[in-house]
Amino acid sequence: MSGLRAFRLMVWAAIVVLGMFVIVSTQRSGRSPTVETSSGTAKVGGPFSLVSHTGERVDNQSLAGRPYLVFFGFTYCPDICPTTLFELTDLMTELGPVADGFEVLFITVDPQRDTQEALASYMTSFDSRILALRGTAAETDAALKAFSAYAKKVPLEAGEYTMDHTAGVFLMKSDGSFGGMMDMHEPRETRLEKLRRIARDQVTGS
Amino acid sequence: MSSGFKLTVKLICILAAMLLSTSAFAHQFSQGDIKIGHPWSRVTPSAAPVAGAYLTVTNSGSQPDRLTGGSTPIADRIEVHQMTMDDGTARMRPLPDGVEIAAGAAVELAPGGIHLMLIKPNQQLIEGSSFKATLEFARAGTVEIEFVVQRNPTVETGSGNEHGGHTP
Repeated sequence: MSGLRAFRLMVWAAIVVLGMFVIVSTQRSGRSPTVETSSGTAKVGGPFSLVSHTGERVDNQSLAGRPYLVFFGFTYCPDICPTTLFELTDLMTELGPVADGFEVLFITVDPQRDTQEALASYMTSFDSRILALRGTAAETDAALKAFSAYAKKVPLEAGEYTMDHTAGVFLMKSDGSFGGMMDMHEPRETRLEKLRRIARDQVTGS
Repeated sequence: MSSGFKLTVKLICILAAMLLSTSAFAHQFSQGDIKIGHPWSRVTPSAAPVAGAYLTVTNSGSQPDRLTGGSTPIADRIEVHQMTMDDGTARMRPLPDGVEIAAGAAVELAPGGIHLMLIKPNQQLIEGSSFKATLEFARAGTVEIEFVVQRNPTVETGSGNEHGGHTP
């Protein structure tokens, strides 16, 4: 009998392992961020507090009841960061007033070089509804943690450095829960639909 | 004004537009066995400390060559960098030895992969403008080119190459 029990246990263990593998692999193929994939999406969304390029403090409290998008980057990034910001600008232009239904936050992972002044100048090139946010090193770490996002300073030659960072756009619902990722490689119509859906997620009078 | 004159003006305008559009969308440069196809740079946000630039290099010679970087009057220098995307994380690294173009091969420097990086541009790159640059090759020496500034990749060099997954 104990042999049969051991066999059953092994089968259950195999099912659990396979199930986790399926979850992890489907999330990876969807280019999800570097969240602890086995624990699902529950880890995205938590307390953070940063200052915008216009000088206002923005935190999870001030955003309560509003859906929002979060994207991590830095201005010394020549490719994916400005491209994502330009594409978000294009999508928001196409959506028009619908895009008033959500906030768009660009959080710098490089507060050392991305000062508020630098960000203020940088952001003049994009949709004025997009806010660039920065904080102290500790506040930046807290924001990364809140989204289970990743950023790491990588030294280069001659005292220079670059940043590795999570590149996808987080879609956050009005109740502060995670609403999925938007990948800039997805078809334009898919991205527009994701934004329309998040814009509809308003806290209504009820 | 005669209708014949009007027609001539129209024709000249159309021809000029065609000339302009070909120079903007199909320009190329060559030096010896090295041919540079459609060098373009991405528009930059205001006061951006870096800018990405892209092109195709074809080596029709019988020896491999290497693009190691370059210079331009509008930035401190041009470096060869590589972006990779791994499990949602973007990483960028300089390639100090540049990028090799095997004999008879072509290499595309495109968004999301190997690209040129302009360090500290001294002006904002505005769509439709252009700027001169000198590329440095280990074997072919220097190649004078001109980048056009675009907001997005052109269709030929475009969308399908934005995935970082194909890079070595």
